[in-house]
Amino acid sequence: MDLQTLSVESANIARSESAWQRLRRNWSVRLGGGALLLLIAVAVVAPWLGTVDPTLFDAASRDLRPGQSGEIMTLDGELLEHRFVMGSDSFGRDIYSRVIYGTRVSLLVGIATAALALALGITLGLCAGYLRWLDGPLMRVMDGLMAIPAILLAIALVALWRASILTVVLAIAITEIPRVTRLVRSLVLSIREEPYVEAAVSLGTPTWKIMFGHILPNCVAPLLVQGTYICAAAILVEAILSFLGVGLPPDIPTWGNIMSEGRVQFMAYPHNLFFPGVFLAVSVLAVNILGDGLRDTLDPKMAKRV
Amino acid sequence: MYTFIARRLLSTIPVLLIVAVLVFLMLRLTPGDPAAILAGDAASSEQIAAIRASLGLDRSIPVQFGIWASNLLQGDFGRSYFYKMEVTQLIAQRIEPTLALATLTLLIAVLVSVPLGVVAAWRFGGWFDRALMGFSVLGFSVPVFVLAYILIWIVSLKLGWFPVQGYRRLADGFWPFLHHLILPAITLSVIYIALIARVTRASVLEALGEDYIRTARAKGLPEARVLVRHALANAAVPIVTVIGIGVALLIGGVVVTESVYAIPGLGRLTVDAVLARDFPTIQAVILLFSFAYVLVNLLVDLSYVVFDPRIRY
Amino acid sequence: MNRKIVAAVLLAAAAGGALAQDKVLRVVPHSNLSILDPIWTTQYMARNHGYMIYDTLFGTDEKSRVQPQMVDKWTVSPDNRLWTFTLRSGLEFHDGKPVTGEDVAASIARWGKRDAMGQKLMSFVERMDAPDAKTFTIALREPCGFVLEALGKPSSNVPFIMPKRVADTPADKQIEEHVGSGPYIFKRDEFKPGDKAVYVKNPKYQPRKEKPSGTAGGKHVYVDRVELNLALRDAQAQVNALAKGEIDVLERPAFESYEQLRKAPGVVLVTKDPLGFQYMGRFNHLHPPFDNPKIRQAALAAMQQVPFLRAQVGIKEFYKPCASMFTCGTPYGSAKGSDIQSKSNMKKAQALLKASGYDGTPVVILKPTDLAAIQKLPDVAAQLLRQAGFKVDLQAMDWNTVVSRRAKKEPPAQGGWNMFLTAWVAPDIWNPLTNAAIGAQGEKSWFGWPDDAKIEQLREEFARATDEAKKKALAEAIQVRAFEIGTHAPLGEYVNPLATRNNISGWVIGPGDIYWNVKKN
Repeated sequence: MDLQTLSVESANIARSESAWQRLRRNWSVRLGGGALLLLIAVAVVAPWLGTVDPTLFDAASRDLRPGQSGEIMTLDGELLEHRFVMGSDSFGRDIYSRVIYGTRVSLLVGIATAALALALGITLGLCAGYLRWLDGPLMRVMDGLMAIPAILLAIALVALWRASILTVVLAIAITEIPRVTRLVRSLVLSIREEPYVEAAVSLGTPTWKIMFGHILPNCVAPLLVQGTYICAAAILVEAILSFLGVGLPPDIPTWGNIMSEGRVQFMAYPHNLFFPGVFLAVSVLAVNILGDGLRDTLDPKMAKRV
Repeated sequence: MYTFIARRLLSTIPVLLIVAVLVFLMLRLTPGDPAAILAGDAASSEQIAAIRASLGLDRSIPVQFGIWASNLLQGDFGRSYFYKMEVTQLIAQRIEPTLALATLTLLIAVLVSVPLGVVAAWRFGGWFDRALMGFSVLGFSVPVFVLAYILIWIVSLKLGWFPVQGYRRLADGFWPFLHHLILPAITLSVIYIALIARVTRASVLEALGEDYIRTARAKGLPEARVLVRHALANAAVPIVTVIGIGVALLIGGVVVTESVYAIPGLGRLTVDAVLARDFPTIQAVILLFSFAYVLVNLLVDLSYVVFDPRIRY
Repeated sequence: MNRKIVAAVLLAAAAGGALAQDKVLRVVPHSNLSILDPIWTTQYMARNHGYMIYDTLFGTDEKSRVQPQMVDKWTVSPDNRLWTFTLRSGLEFHDGKPVTGEDVAASIARWGKRDAMGQKLMSFVERMDAPDAKTFTIALREPCGFVLEALGKPSSNVPFIMPKRVADTPADKQIEEHVGSGPYIFKRDEFKPGDKAVYVKNPKYQPRKEKPSGTAGGKHVYVDRVELNLALRDAQAQVNALAKGEIDVLERPAFESYEQLRKAPGVVLVTKDPLGFQYMGRFNHLHPPFDNPKIRQAALAAMQQVPFLRAQVGIKEFYKPCASMFTCGTPYGSAKGSDIQSKSNMKKAQALLKASGYDGTPVVILKPTDLAAIQKLPDVAAQLLRQAGFKVDLQAMDWNTVVSRRAKKEPPAQGGWNMFLTAWVAPDIWNPLTNAAIGAQGEKSWFGWPDDAKIEQLREEFARATDEAKKKALAEAIQVRAFEIGTHAPLGEYVNPLATRNNISGWVIGPGDIYWNVKKN
């Protein structure tokens, strides 16, 4: 720990403020976190926000400009009068409904990917850091995985399996695991040398207790920060996969595939790209800002690095 | 120093081996049969089986891997299932555009972001700093293809400064080559600029807090010299590191950029090969990209010697 | 160092200047060119490649009549069993060797092993000979009513004539040499897969004297080079490139692009193929629920053509419903028997489904995500079938996966399928012999595998009939039966006009993507 960080730490202790309170005061956390919570709220109450079934379409209502009205045929055969707040796509589907419902999927992909990558990365990192015989081979495999360009790996995995939420989450998570593993491993290696851990070992504390009781709590801050970046990356990668034609099928609306379908007529009907694009950018921005804020408050050492 | 290089190069071998195994397994264990695609619309099951045999796909996975690996060591990357060409030939045709795009992007990114980061650190907390940080987070958050479409619309269609698509080989003239490559390179460089500018700012900031900066200023050195010769030089290591790590990001962005701007490079080749289940090509390209990544990081590590005399190998 | 660069730039400029005298037609084709053997695959890109560099014995004009192309004159023996063809003089392959009857015999034999209509023809053939260099004969076991139609077939697979050494390649292997006797020469050394393909004018080609029409008539070439841009596949980028003049021809614009193309200055739309294409929905007859003809009929009743056309094409002038399984406006395009679909509505469909004993088995529809031309059809099918009361499982995958999956005969749950949708160009479906979907030989048929002895018997009769009126009656009977058992659902016809710069002219009316006779001013 260098002098500066120590001074920050002691200043914080002197103020006897909890991490939580510091988080609440940080602007980035408030901005990013607030926006994220708003998006999650939108995702949850999607059906009640004036949306229709996002897969319904009617060729008579295709390519309507934002604000125009048209009709939609429901599955029972009745015709609904509907105002297309964000316009309609080339099928005649309501972009507004698709964007709102797309919030669900995009956030789900982001959060699930982060959770999965963290869970697997933590497990592997703990194993690598604590079990010396596993460390060498495991890290070699992680190096190999990191050397493969993430996008190419994701494309290959999704295209070769089938395009479903699970595959997309799995494919993106796999590409993010090595970094988490490295992070956890390096933290484990440094904490393992600490006197209190050595004491615990000599007292006969079982390995798993040491791992979860001593080591893991110290990893929470950097992992949380890393998790937000993974979430942001996952949302973006999903959009790119959809753009390249290997993402989720269009009857599960995501911002990525709304844009992918709309790109053919970008010049004539920019609303296809504009609205999902704005939502995408805002979400990723919110998550990134949140991550920055978390990093600044919880892990000032990292703040100096990036 | 040379032993260091030799040792590092040797250590890339197990990494590449693992990449090879991972990719090989991934292709063979997922559904999707290249033989069925190759056999065409009207094929019978016997014809498909015959094609599988001719491609060697009916043997066990370890045997297939053994054959592929031993061919690889002799420089034979195999034959594309689809294009009826040697994979090496296919790659040779497509490597120039990707290399050109990546190099130009890197050049633009470094030339733009490093000065921006230095200025932001110098005027820490001021409007420029905030603007740069804001822009940089934005740069991370907008997907490459959205940026591409916006740029094409404004710069290419409305202003007419650059062509909307296409790639001209260097052999066909330097100006057309550059003219077609500038817009794609700018598009791709944005995310890289965002990344490098942040790191530059942070590490220059850290360097500026050190004692030797105060000494340099006290000596009466011009500010520019302080910034470049002392602060930047000492901050170089993390910057160069992130350039190396960012190569992975670059490759991802290349795939999308090549799609939008119709550049016939390796990125597009990979996507097409994946969709066509062209195993030899997929394996070769991913191996190539991984090797490039490893090589770049080795170069980055070596460059530390230049920037930080304390580092000795 | 500076002088070297200057010199290099000047040299490059000079070289560029020399080439600038050449007329180059820059085309963006509808798909990537990967397979160069037009006999081995039915892919339209391979067929188009074939039309550039090969020639055919006969062609089909814009009025669907067969016309001689490489053949000068032909005779048929009085018992209709010996056909003798005499080749035109001056026919030469690109390597300088003359085209002989032996080349023809070998080419037709190879084609006859792969093509469905060719296989049918070969079942009549006893032997093919080349008595001398300019003659080619076909000896039949019994009279056959479609010899010329087969030899002049405009679409996949086209019986292109190749040198004997190339045509002797086994039919299940792709050819390695691409030498033909056609109006263009393929520049193998400039071919970059996924990037570009280059064809140059064949200066030694001797076109016929007649006007070009369809795939018949004189194949004059008025440009020096044709460059296929295989890299430009983003639809918006294609439109932008055409608008800016960076390319000359957009072979098959996405339907969403037409609005912008209409407004783009310097761009014109050309309908060179008024017969256009037909959409089709294919049932899998092997597995439930579509193994039950009553359920197939309910689906037919639900799948009205207009919703598909409106969703996929969208532009009224470009589509029309056609209540025939053959092409409307051609000899066999009658509407007889089509009432189950053409005179139906959703209520009738719902009633039919209820009465059929449908038990709720989901219908697995294969949806390609990367083929803009047919991407919307499965969604429309899913919506219509759901409205009729079906349960639908819409599965998305890339087109290559669709292609491998539709070949599987397993049940849907084990990697099979219940329905897929596709599009055919008119000549591929305009009579009962070429129409792959109408064949009902069970497991030997095209994907979907309908099994009906009656249809097969009628098709055999059609193959033997020589009287046009009889053929029409037979075709009608086949169609009636096909609608009865629900082989597939015809989903309407449409045209897909070319978009070109306004200085390009000379388009030949007819099916296929033809680049002879095209002028660049």
